[in-house]
Amino acid sequence: MAPPDRDCRHFSKPALLLSLVLFLSPVLLLCTGNLPEAGAQETTLTIPAIVHPELATPTNVEAFDSPSDQGGSITITWEESTDDVPGTTLVKGYVILRSESPTGDFEEISSVPPHAEEYLDTSVRNNTDYYYKVGVVGAEQTFLSQTVGPAVAKQQWFNSRKVNLLFIALILTFAIILYVFQAKAGKKLYIRRISGIEAVDEAVGRATEMGKPILFIPGIQDMDNVQTVAGLTILASVGKLTAQYETKLEVPVSRSLVMSTGRETLKQAYLSVGRPDLYSDDMVHYVTDEQFGYVAAVDGIMVREKPATCFYMGAFFAESLILAETGNSVGAIQIAGTAMPTQLPFFVAACDYTLIGEELFAASAYLSGDEKMIGSLKGQDVGKAIAMFFILVGAVLATAASLSGNEALTGASDWLRNLFTLNF
Amino acid sequence: MAQTLELWIAALLTFMIFSFLYKDNPFYKFAEHLFVGVSAAYWMVIGIWSTLMPNLVARLWPSSVSGFINMPEDAQPEYHFIIPAIFGILMLTRLVERISWLSRWAMAFVIGFAAGTNFTRYLQSDFVGQIYNSMYPIIVKADGGFALGATISSIVLIVGVICALIYFFFSKEHTGAFGAASRLGIWFLMVTFGAAFGYTVMARISLLTGRIQFLGSWLASIF
Repeated sequence: MAPPDRDCRHFSKPALLLSLVLFLSPVLLLCTGNLPEAGAQETTLTIPAIVHPELATPTNVEAFDSPSDQGGSITITWEESTDDVPGTTLVKGYVILRSESPTGDFEEISSVPPHAEEYLDTSVRNNTDYYYKVGVVGAEQTFLSQTVGPAVAKQQWFNSRKVNLLFIALILTFAIILYVFQAKAGKKLYIRRISGIEAVDEAVGRATEMGKPILFIPGIQDMDNVQTVAGLTILASVGKLTAQYETKLEVPVSRSLVMSTGRETLKQAYLSVGRPDLYSDDMVHYVTDEQFGYVAAVDGIMVREKPATCFYMGAFFAESLILAETGNSVGAIQIAGTAMPTQLPFFVAACDYTLIGEELFAASAYLSGDEKMIGSLKGQDVGKAIAMFFILVGAVLATAASLSGNEALTGASDWLRNLFTLNF
Repeated sequence: MAQTLELWIAALLTFMIFSFLYKDNPFYKFAEHLFVGVSAAYWMVIGIWSTLMPNLVARLWPSSVSGFINMPEDAQPEYHFIIPAIFGILMLTRLVERISWLSRWAMAFVIGFAAGTNFTRYLQSDFVGQIYNSMYPIIVKADGGFALGATISSIVLIVGVICALIYFFFSKEHTGAFGAASRLGIWFLMVTFGAAFGYTVMARISLLTGRIQFLGSWLASIF
């Protein structure tokens, strides 16, 4: 048997084909550029630079005087960039630029987050021309819109956002005027008795019998607070009684203007019952504006003079309980009245009678017997009736809309609610 | 040294005021008179520098106060501020008996202004705002069923508001069903007052704690 021939002819065909492929593959890779050249392992790999695309600028940019305001404000609106897509981070936000000249230097005044489409510029002067640009902020560059303007801030005489308030005010005013005219015409207007009011006579009588003074505190607020005004109206009624019974009355106050008004009120009250001789300016005296300084002084008066009756009628704060507790400790009969919700619990706890909230104003109207005040009280009752009606109708409509899902009911409910929306 | 002296004065005055809890005494009288005198003078100075100077003198005569009141350098006199100046002077006519009636003009202006501005303020917050915030569904749905807690809350809100409004209705005698609703209204008010009372008492206790802590720091400075 002949030995195997070393000649290539003795290799099998698949083996030869594999050898050819292995030999030629580097050559083929070199030709296609996919094989690293010699020494390529030592070169640094470079990452190609990211090219930030140009962002679409905001469109429909408008700048105009903010409506229904006192001036000093310009509103800038725009439609967001088409690149400002939720879930993407291409747009970082918007910047607002302002200039007083269309060709002047634009200064960046503020920036807002992505998807914003409005900005209120409140750093402007009235009656001055302003020009604006809105820029969309990208990763490295800001792309500005066209210049818009001029926009001029002006004060408006009519706040159209509060038309509903005007309408309601007109209805209430009409009701009040109607009742005032009825009262002036001699019509007897019914007002229910309030126990705190009935106790005023009793309290003044008690002080007279005991020969002790009466202390009247008209709150610690100034004359720009309606509760102080109501308190001084009650003071006039109390003053008439003390003048008739010749009882000593003391009114320490914490505001100079309240002192002046209190003196005028009391002088008039004493004059009206024919006892101006009993009136003295010292009856109404100023202590201090400082809240707790005033309290310290009034507490001192209470424990030294031991009044038989204490009236607290007006606006009170943290001093209410201190005063009422001291008055209670000296055995005085105490009648309080305030519309401060946070202080009412203390007066309820420590006083014999408390006029709660609007009862204070009702008491001042009732005691004064003034037609205007009684008419006003009746007019306010009309307001309460209106409030109760709309609350009930609104709640029933909202319930029906919620339960049925009916679009018409939902629309009616929303419309009614919007009538009472506060637009500031 | 100065700080120690301040601490001692404050601590002693605190004790003097607290002594009132026992009974009226000369120490309390001293602290009371000191407090009233100092605070009255302090408020007068505050009134001059925070109201009179910036709101009147600086407007009428800017150059006279430009050195010690923060205002624009180029501020020009605003002569319409002469009107409040006249009203202020009218208040002082009280010092002269013969023309003291003139002060009533200033008082009338203040009271009239307060009534006008408060009318819209209260109308917004106490009337319109109350109606708006009460117009909610009485029965509240949630996840296809009823939200029991929210429904009870809503019913309490509506019934409470209506009954409390009835209590403050003065044009009708509170008898019969109207009277029953009124009585329910006062119950709502009293429960609210009770909650507010507890809350505020807790706040006062924290004030007392603060004062006792101060006395503690004073004692620590001694020993």
